[in-house]
Amino acid sequence: MTTRAVTRRLRLPSLGGAPPTGAVVRRADRRLGYALVAPVVILLLLVTGYPLVYNLWNSFHNVVLSNAGAPQTFAGIKNYQQLFTTAGFVPALLRTLAFTVVSVVLETIAALGLALMLHRSFRGRGVMRAAILIPWAVPTVVSAMLWVTMFDPRSGFVDYLLGILHLPGSNTTWLAGEWTAWAAILVADAWKNVPFIAIILLAGLQLIPSDVYEAARMDGASAWQSFRRMTLPLLRPALMVALIFRTLQAFLVFDIIYIMTGGGPGTTTETLSYLNWYAFLVNTNFGVGGAISVSLVVISLLIAGGIVLVMRPKT
Amino acid sequence: MATTPASAALPASTPSSTESAQVVSQWRKSRGPRHLGNQLLFYLGVLVVLLIALFPFYWILRTSLESNSEFVQGVGGANGIIPAHLTLSSYIDDFTQLHFLTPLINSAIVALGCTLVTIVVASLAGYALARLPIRGAGVILTFVLLAGFFPILALVGPLFLLLRDLGLLNNIYPLIIIYLVYTLPLATWLLRNFFGQIPRELEEAALVDGATRLQTLRKVVVPVSIPAVFTAGILSFILAWNDFAFALSFLDTPGHFTAPLAIVVFGQSQFATYYNRIDAAVVVITIPIAILVLIAQRRIVSGLTAGSLKG
Repeated sequence: MTTRAVTRRLRLPSLGGAPPTGAVVRRADRRLGYALVAPVVILLLLVTGYPLVYNLWNSFHNVVLSNAGAPQTFAGIKNYQQLFTTAGFVPALLRTLAFTVVSVVLETIAALGLALMLHRSFRGRGVMRAAILIPWAVPTVVSAMLWVTMFDPRSGFVDYLLGILHLPGSNTTWLAGEWTAWAAILVADAWKNVPFIAIILLAGLQLIPSDVYEAARMDGASAWQSFRRMTLPLLRPALMVALIFRTLQAFLVFDIIYIMTGGGPGTTTETLSYLNWYAFLVNTNFGVGGAISVSLVVISLLIAGGIVLVMRPKT
Repeated sequence: MATTPASAALPASTPSSTESAQVVSQWRKSRGPRHLGNQLLFYLGVLVVLLIALFPFYWILRTSLESNSEFVQGVGGANGIIPAHLTLSSYIDDFTQLHFLTPLINSAIVALGCTLVTIVVASLAGYALARLPIRGAGVILTFVLLAGFFPILALVGPLFLLLRDLGLLNNIYPLIIIYLVYTLPLATWLLRNFFGQIPRELEEAALVDGATRLQTLRKVVVPVSIPAVFTAGILSFILAWNDFAFALSFLDTPGHFTAPLAIVVFGQSQFATYYNRIDAAVVVITIPIAILVLIAQRRIVSGLTAGSLKG
């Protein structure tokens, strides 16, 4: 609803100009403002700020629950050193970064195509939009179990289809091999997340005024030229939002890994988030876990900052 | 028919200039023969997208309607792509033997509780951030945004220790607060942007008439904001309903599981081989989300994009 429509509907006189508030009212308003904002700030500090500080403290101490009763002594940077020696941190980091790059690039390209399709008006557009929103909205547990079923050699559709078509791979136990497991994870991840990127990019496309295209067309630009020279640059803000959201999500991937492979076969699909969960809940080593957590926060900030730097409009 | 896209877009963009209308109609004619082929190709693409999005749902539905003995024969055994025989036995097993109703109720309690807290808290803060003269509003908004990007698994360890010290492990109620990390950032930004768009004149009129700030809020602002609050509520419910990581880390016994956790634990138990049962539970927890999407897809889309693009 536009602002004007609201005013008109309620038939209220527009006062215009400065609000009729004196210093007293302003001070009261400000106090009310702090009171209203306080719950959000306190609750978010409780669920993010407090764990961050606690993790920082733990990461410099020996905190291992299986040594119950042992004093939580100062550990220096031992926990951080341990990341690079025993904890499997570096392979997991490289794996996670590779997954992030591959999944985000493939998903963004697919999403751009999907957004361009949805940008046209055609019969059945509403149906298609609902159809792609459902995979995004369902729990990751659903998307993961669904693709576990689809890739199952006995009861899955993928192997069955390959078998009917007499293609190789019809007896593959996808989740048992390193690369086939990654392929299954990528498919499941893309199925859930491409719609999200597409919705953001579609909103970006809809913000581009269509006379831009009219002008290009009259100047004799081909469809590809106007896409390359007009659509892509004008889409940059939406693309940046989508990239930040998705890159961080992909970098922090956990649910789908835990459910589909449990990090296996061996440790070949263990990501940083998985490693962090394992340190906390299986090894109950909150010192090393804290060090991994702190690294996750730092790398996430670096990634977000990097995307903003690269994508910001050049002046 | 074939030209709906262009003609639908035109009146809005070009101010009824006959000249440009001519140009466009020439352009359409010149593309005549190719147009039909393009149109076919386009609809083929639409069909492929629909298949990719929806066929997996069909497949789990199909699998969930098999009996255990049919399931173990695999695809092409008792049942092909289209099953010859349907049974609800997996669903019955889920609710009688695996007691799936309890985790479903737990999930509903947590997701609805979290949604309720979110819309109350985020509405108040959203209003204050959009309207009241708060110093540091920018800093607060940035903090809220950053909280939304916080690595979830980095929260698990400290919150585990906190819950343990409070004796609240294996209890669903703390999740209502913890899930706020999923919901509050989006809801606060969404509502703050919405309140920013309500004309100030509305409130000023009420204030001039002697209403207090809070009365104005209740009588003037709340009624106009119901749609936006509803949108924030739907998105919050989806986000809270979807959690797996916290439930996995803090809940221990089946009576306290949320539905997603219960499904994953089915998959690790002696029922692991019976995907028909697991998929029946998957179908059950998908239904409320699918219904929400179908009745509120416009709101979901506008909420997702307003929360991110215009912020």
